[in-house]
This record gives sequence, structure tokens and C-alpha cells, in this order.
Amino acid sequence: MAQQVVNLLATILLIIAFAMLSQRRVLSLIRLFAWQGLALSVSTAIVAYSTGQTHLWASAAVTLVLKVIVLPIVLHKLIDQLNVRWDVETLINVPTTMLVGIGLAIFAFALATPISEMAGTVTRSTLGIALASVLLSFLMMIVRRKAIPQVIGFLAMENGLFFAATSATYGMPLVVELGIALDVLVGTFVFGIFFFHIRETFDSLDIRHMETLKED
Amino acid sequence: MIDWAGIAFQILQSVFVVLAAPLLLGWVNQCRAWLQNRRGPGVLRPYFMLWRLFHKEAVIAHHASVLFRATPYVLFGCMWLAAGIVPVLATDLPFAFAADIIALVGIFALARVFIALAAMDIGTSFGGIGARREMLIGFLAEPAMLMTLFTAAFLSGSTALTTIVEALAHREFAIHPSLACAAVAFLMVLLAENARIPVDNPATHLELTMIHEAMILEYSARHLALVEWAAAIKLFAYMTIGVALFAPWGIAEGSDWGALPVAIAAAALKLALAGAGLAALETVSAKFRVFRAPEFLGTAFLLAVLGMLVYFLTNA
Repeated sequence: MAQQVVNLLATILLIIAFAMLSQRRVLSLIRLFAWQGLALSVSTAIVAYSTGQTHLWASAAVTLVLKVIVLPIVLHKLIDQLNVRWDVETLINVPTTMLVGIGLAIFAFALATPISEMAGTVTRSTLGIALASVLLSFLMMIVRRKAIPQVIGFLAMENGLFFAATSATYGMPLVVELGIALDVLVGTFVFGIFFFHIRETFDSLDIRHMETLKED
Repeated sequence: MIDWAGIAFQILQSVFVVLAAPLLLGWVNQCRAWLQNRRGPGVLRPYFMLWRLFHKEAVIAHHASVLFRATPYVLFGCMWLAAGIVPVLATDLPFAFAADIIALVGIFALARVFIALAAMDIGTSFGGIGARREMLIGFLAEPAMLMTLFTAAFLSGSTALTTIVEALAHREFAIHPSLACAAVAFLMVLLAENARIPVDNPATHLELTMIHEAMILEYSARHLALVEWAAAIKLFAYMTIGVALFAPWGIAEGSDWGALPVAIAAAALKLALAGAGLAALETVSAKFRVFRAPEFLGTAFLLAVLGMLVYFLTNA
């Protein structure tokens, strides 16, 4: 039963990854990111409950606090200060991006199936989904032009990696997880400072402008 | 040896579907009226409308061909046939093996081709745009629908709808992520195929964005009645497919007359809930621009494919 619920949550995680890929509004992206964090946290808690791995409880709590509460608040503050709350990005070719996304998902599933057979955990079948959401977040960082969606893509990628660790080996050691959590938090602050610099220099958060830095 | 009991049950189910379909439509409209704080026309309104339309004199354009006259009957026949294949009250009926899910989608496609041709037959501009939009929606909705049905077929190991329903109804309770994906995709296809709100507005004759209503503008009297009735049966058939795939409990097995009252009660309850849900969904959502429809149906296809992939990954 626990395995079925974890599978369901993994599927929700994957669907949210796809939704992020096609979402145009910055505000909705942050909301989706928070939901993804919640799904991740709940699935980690369920794995912790069903396997008796006590340190996973701590990971679930850290995920809940950091990714569902702190980071969305930080991002909300950031888009308020940058005044891009109602920003709508013009995404061309959403269907093509989606098809590429399906291709990536198939690739990830095919890649993960032999690996997950070696893992002994009850959650091993979700390794493919974790890998797929990492790749989808990569894709999101590639196709987005604005800085904030790229950072959200980066954070979502961390979600995928965390999920992969949980499903393959019942999570990393707690020290490593805390370190990563701190890194992500600090990274978001650093990105925040970067946003202001980017906007001051180029009058826009569109990172295509950074390509013109080259002097030739 | 002819299975007379089975045939009788089959006839009963077919008649039940045709007679109950307008009631479902009336129920959905009534729920929507309640949710919008109106008193509503009453659940029996579609019957009165059909009655009234059957007693009017048909008006047909001078240059209408035979196709235009024949289409309402073809539509009605197609939808009735489709509704006969779907297990509404009982599985394992003699008629159910006439067609599997792929043929079922084909029957809906046949009806679509006929109504689109009839819409273009008259040569009005509304008929033309309606037909084109219908084909646009149709060719995007069909793959999503097939993928959804294939996910269920993989789970149960058969493409015959009645076998799928039996397999799904009698397994022990389990959460299937693949089926959850497929359910959402199926809901989106249902909305698109039945001209419901995010894609088309069933209650308007005034908008330039209408799809289904644009196609049937030239029909009147008994022809219009048959077209409307066929649309009601189509909605009924789609809803019963959804119920059969994703909530199959309580359906009668074979031609078991003893289980009939339970089956009817279960079907009525599930359809009433589904209709209320549809009305709620239509109340809270707004209609898309026509050009957003491909994105909507693309998402449905994506979800259906994801469901299938997740099935292969987790075997559940």
C-alpha cells in the first residue's frame, strides 16, 4: 500500500514537472514548485514510516520547511521587489517542448529500469520518474529565457535529485542532505542578488542579453 | 444455443441508454443552473424539447443533398450502437463483443465525419467553420482517447471493453498511478468531444466561437431532435465509459437479472455524481480561445502517454 501511494506521488511529481515546463506565469510556477515540494515531502515521510528509517523523517521535515514554505516565500518577495509578479513569458512551441519532454521521459525510464532492478528498496520503481523529472527540469532551464523560471527549474532539478536519492537508496546521509538544503537556500539568495545586477545592467531579466557580453 | 436471456438484457440496456440519455443532459443543465443561482429548467426539459421538435414541420434548404437528410439518422444509429457496446448495466452481453475499444473510437469518428460533411453540404459559412473546427478537435482528441483506453487495456490485458471492466471491477483495491493519469486525460477528452465548456459552449447560438452548434444550425424539427438526442447519447456513452473504466463497482455480470436493481441504482448514482461534477467543472472554468484547444488536447495526449509509461515503469 505504501508503495502504491509513493508511486502515485511520484506520478504527481512528474506531472508537476511537465506542468512547469508549459506554465507561462511566474506566479503559477512558484505555486507549482511549492506543490512539488509538498508531494516530495509527503512521499519521503511515507517511505520513512514504512521502512522505519528515522533520518528520512528529518529529510521530510527539512523538505517541508525549506521547499514548501521558505523558498516560495523568498521567491514571492523576490518577484515583488523585481516587480515581475504578473510577468507572462511568451513560450513558443509548447507542444514541441512537451513532445521533447515525453522523449526525455521515455529515455529516463529506459535508462532507470536496469538500474532500479539492482536497488533493493521498495521505492525502486520510482527511480525512472525521479530521473525523468531531473531531465525535465534541465529542459526547462534550457528553453526558458527569463532568469526566474531558470532558477525555479534549477530548484525543481534539486527536487528530482532528492527524490532519486530517496527512491534508490533511502536518501543520502543526513549531513549531506542538510548541506544540500543549505546550499539551495544560499543559492537562491545569491541568485536573487544576481537578478538585481542583471536587471540593472540590461534593464531586463532576459538572459539572452548576456550573450552580448563578448567583446569582438 | 442462443442466449435469449442475454439478448433480452442487451435490448433492455440499449433502450435504457436511449431513454435515460436526455435525463442525464437535463440533470447536468439543472445542476449548472443551481450552481449559477438560477432556478433551472427542470431535469425533464430535454424530453419536452425533443417532443416539441418531433411535432414540428421540417424545413430543409433547397440545395440540401441526400447526405444532409440522412445524417441525423446515421448519427443517431452510430451513437446508439456505441452505447450498446459500452457496458452500462452489465458486462459480458452478447453484443459487447461486436466491437472493441478501437472500433468504438471508430464509430465516434464515423459520426463525426458525417456531421461535418452535412454541415458543409449546405454551404453556409457557419457550417463550414463549425465542420473545420470539429475536425481539428476530433483529430487531436482521438489519439488521446485511444491512449487512455490503451492504458486500461494494458492493465487488464484485453481491448474488449467488457473484459476490461470485468478485470478492473474484480481486482482487489489498489491505487494505479497510470489509471489516475488516464482518468484526467479521459476527462479532458470528454469535455472536448462533447462540446463542453473549456473547448466549446453548449448553451450558445450567438458566439462566433461555437463549434457543435455551428454545425447543426441548419437542422430543424425531427432532424434537429435526432441530432440533439444523438448528442445526449454521446455524452451518456462517454460518461458511462468513464464510469466503467475508473469506477466499475456494482455492475452486473453476464445476464444476471437478480443483480439488475443494484446495477441500475449504482449506474444512476454514479452518473448523477458525474453529471453534478461536470456541471461544477463547467461553472468554474471559462471557455478557451479556439486556438488554445490544440494545447488543451495536447496536454490530454501527454497525460495519457505518461499514464502508459508509468504503467510500464511500475507495473501498476
